[in-house]
Amino acid sequence: MQNSSSSKALSEREDFIMTKGDNKENIKCDQQSLAGAVSQRACVYSGARVVLNPVKDAYHLVHGPIGCASYTWDIRGSLTSGADIFRSSFSTDLREKDIVFGGEAKLELVIEELMEAEQYKPEVIFIYSTCVVGVIGDDLKAAARKAEAKYGIRVIPVESSGFAGTKSKGYKAACEALLTLMSDFKAESIGVENKKMAVDSRNEIKALSQLNEDYSNLNTKEKIRILQKKLSQINSLQAGRAIEDFKNKKMKEQAENRRYIRKINLLGDYNLAGEGWIIENYLNDVGIELAARFTGDSSIEDIRKAPTADLNIVQCAGSMKYLAKRMKKKFEIPFLEISFLGLQDSLDSLRQIAQHLGDQIIINKVERLIARRLPDTEAKLRIYKNYLSGKKAAIYVGGAFKAISLVKQFNDLGIKTVMVGTQNGKESDYEKLKDLTDPGTIILDDANPSELEAFMREKGADVLVGGVKDRALAYKMGIAFFDHNHERKHPLVGFEGVVNLAEELDLTINSPIWKTIRSDIDG
Amino acid sequence: MQDLVPKEYKERNSLVINPVKTCQPIGAMYAALGIHGALPHSHGSQGCCSYHRMHLTKHFREPVVASSSSFTEGASVFGGRANLETALKNIFAVYDPEVVAINTTCLSETIGDDIGSIINGFDVPAGKTIIHASTPSYVGSHITGFSNMVKAVIKQVSEKNEDAKTNNKINLIPGFVDPGDIREIKRILEAMGIDYILFPDQSDVLDTPLDGSYDMYPEGGVTIPELKDTGNSQATIALGEFAASDPAFELEKKHDVKPYTLKSPVGIKATDEFLMQLMKLTGKEVPAEIEKERGQLVDIIADTHHQFHGKKVAVYGDPDIVISLTEFVLSLGMKPVHILTGTPDKKFEETVAEMMESADWKYNLTAGGDLFQLHQWIKNDQVDLLLGNSYGKLVAKQEDVPLVRVGFPILDRSVHSYLPTIGYKGAILLVEKISGALLDRKDRDTDFELIEFVL
Repeated sequence: MQNSSSSKALSEREDFIMTKGDNKENIKCDQQSLAGAVSQRACVYSGARVVLNPVKDAYHLVHGPIGCASYTWDIRGSLTSGADIFRSSFSTDLREKDIVFGGEAKLELVIEELMEAEQYKPEVIFIYSTCVVGVIGDDLKAAARKAEAKYGIRVIPVESSGFAGTKSKGYKAACEALLTLMSDFKAESIGVENKKMAVDSRNEIKALSQLNEDYSNLNTKEKIRILQKKLSQINSLQAGRAIEDFKNKKMKEQAENRRYIRKINLLGDYNLAGEGWIIENYLNDVGIELAARFTGDSSIEDIRKAPTADLNIVQCAGSMKYLAKRMKKKFEIPFLEISFLGLQDSLDSLRQIAQHLGDQIIINKVERLIARRLPDTEAKLRIYKNYLSGKKAAIYVGGAFKAISLVKQFNDLGIKTVMVGTQNGKESDYEKLKDLTDPGTIILDDANPSELEAFMREKGADVLVGGVKDRALAYKMGIAFFDHNHERKHPLVGFEGVVNLAEELDLTINSPIWKTIRSDIDG
Repeated sequence: MQDLVPKEYKERNSLVINPVKTCQPIGAMYAALGIHGALPHSHGSQGCCSYHRMHLTKHFREPVVASSSSFTEGASVFGGRANLETALKNIFAVYDPEVVAINTTCLSETIGDDIGSIINGFDVPAGKTIIHASTPSYVGSHITGFSNMVKAVIKQVSEKNEDAKTNNKINLIPGFVDPGDIREIKRILEAMGIDYILFPDQSDVLDTPLDGSYDMYPEGGVTIPELKDTGNSQATIALGEFAASDPAFELEKKHDVKPYTLKSPVGIKATDEFLMQLMKLTGKEVPAEIEKERGQLVDIIADTHHQFHGKKVAVYGDPDIVISLTEFVLSLGMKPVHILTGTPDKKFEETVAEMMESADWKYNLTAGGDLFQLHQWIKNDQVDLLLGNSYGKLVAKQEDVPLVRVGFPILDRSVHSYLPTIGYKGAILLVEKISGALLDRKDRDTDFELIEFVL
């Protein structure tokens, strides 16, 4: 690293930092943080929790000491249009004796208390594993199976022991749990449905065998044929073949339906400040319905229906591309990586979706929507550009997808990105960032506060875009801050979002407070 | 919000719904931040450290820096020794703190890392100090963690002069309180002319001014020489049985410094007791300035007592503050009917029950409860006011009860960490908040024709 801040960085960190225009080919990323680093990163559990928790009518039970539940209680800020049980914090609150003797017994008791509480009617319980649970070796799968059998509900373990990788691994664990939930629909013969089906088929068999038909006016051959048919029906029911038949029939029906309804799934949106609703409005406007949302404002029923969709669109690729890939393989649903962050990206995304569905009516409707919304949005942005042009921004966010869209939007607003980093970016993301930025821009992976401080100071940033921990740092340096994290209060997607972003940037960068930092009384 | 809180109370022994506590390491981290030039270090997974920093940052709205051993799967199998050694090397090389204060986590505790022996084998750079506290997340709460870190500091740092000569100072352990409270305690001590060593001291660490520069190690915090000197002090005052008394007893055990445990001085009675103890120990007088504040507080309560009398209150939060708040609202003529802490300790129930002896109304009291339980209590016996942290806001909203925010954490309001709750001044501010909340509610509920200017 050839710059004045090299003294601030560990030599081991050099490979994780590059300056656009220098000779370094690649940036090192997607690695565990160094021990001793003041990393902004979290853990596997945290990744699983932020992705899965917005499933609004599921019961999210954190199996571990209380802290893991306390710190993540309602952390995401996902808005819901209905059930809000996901906003309650459920924990097994493991104590010393549970650590010594194992936590499974307590988990069992907790589930029992949850099931016996008359106010709750859990249909699905997600059990999150935490560090200590991973170490003491509680068998969550066995506990879940036991609870499923006992209560006839779905209990899905989430393999999210904190130490077992990075946050990205937690995203995957959450995606796996979602896939488990979806498998209920495709394979009706397992889990909860299984019981119901078994009862149904038992009744059917009973009814069939008790059926007294009048054979008097049939000849022997016909009689045998009918009896054989009856017998084979009973056999097939008993062998579970009827279940298969039923499943096939249902899937066939779905396939028929799919030809007529344009339904897509929205992946990687968490409905922060109602962002998912904004996207859904656009889609409805052009004649597309959402089958399921992953996971902002999602319900168990939606998610189970997700395999019937024509297309998956992926907003936050970092957290959900994995799920899209898995769904493609498992359910043959194609996916598109889109982004509703930023004006051009929003337009491109709408057009891509329409093109992909190949429906001329939808394509036309998208153009009409754009024609209707674009002039007003651009006019508003022009006003803000006057106030923002020439400012310098530093970006340090969790997901690379956010960083990329921010750099693009800043370019549009005349804001120069002088530093950009992510906690969880991949090599291809950093390539993209390199392409988008000007020479001299610092690009870094998994930064610590002293690096952020040094580069912001060196590059004279006017605003930092980051998470909650960075806000206080920026302010302390007398630098404006823009919240692009879970706690954001204004939607940043689509036409509304780009204007909100510009408005908020103006509000913070041009606040009079920054002018009052230095005064004559300081001498 | 759906109302999923039934009136009927059902015994729950295992499931926790909406906690009123969190885990030990965050308390340890907060305590460590009150040592000058200290970098708190979390020996566990990255998530713990990240969450604690985030939570503290949300409450104080200040940068909170701490490092982590960044455990991997390997560390969890083979132990965290290598991680801690690498971490310490990196910390001293890059962040150059004067002190590293290590806390453990549930993970490292369960694996059984022996931090003491790892540090013994580590070549500590000259002039630097490493402190380590055992803070298993599955024991006690964040308050226990705070206490454990302060206790570790005493155990590992305090010294006694060979000649056993006293430094004529009073040790003061303020407990898990805000920088605004610590400033108030110091102001009182200084006004009385008392020499003191206050620890941990987060003032000038988590309430620093914005001047365009960021200092990873702000000027505040108790220094290592001061901490060493605690062994020579005349006595130790611990403000709060749960967060502060253990370290005071440790100091007695180690260096025979006499401990005095008092309630957190919130309200008239507890502040009186605090000042009286100071007078008794030092022979100093309470200056007119402070006496006047007491008089003003009494005057203010006299002016407003009709607003409070007979009003029912629910108090929840950390044990020390809840105990003192209960005593204070009783002195205002209010009726605490639900009193709850998440920290599991029967001593809490005993202390509060003693205070409530003269209460001629039915009340609920528990240690180790959660907000769901509090909500159920309120459904059965409605209150006029909630006193506690931000997490009560959903209960407040659903039951349409005003909430005055006191304690930790406060995530949805600002400025609280700069202002005291402690002392007569703190009580004046509390009266203003409580009175304001009750009267705002009254104005909201009064018909337009009946609105009055003078209340």
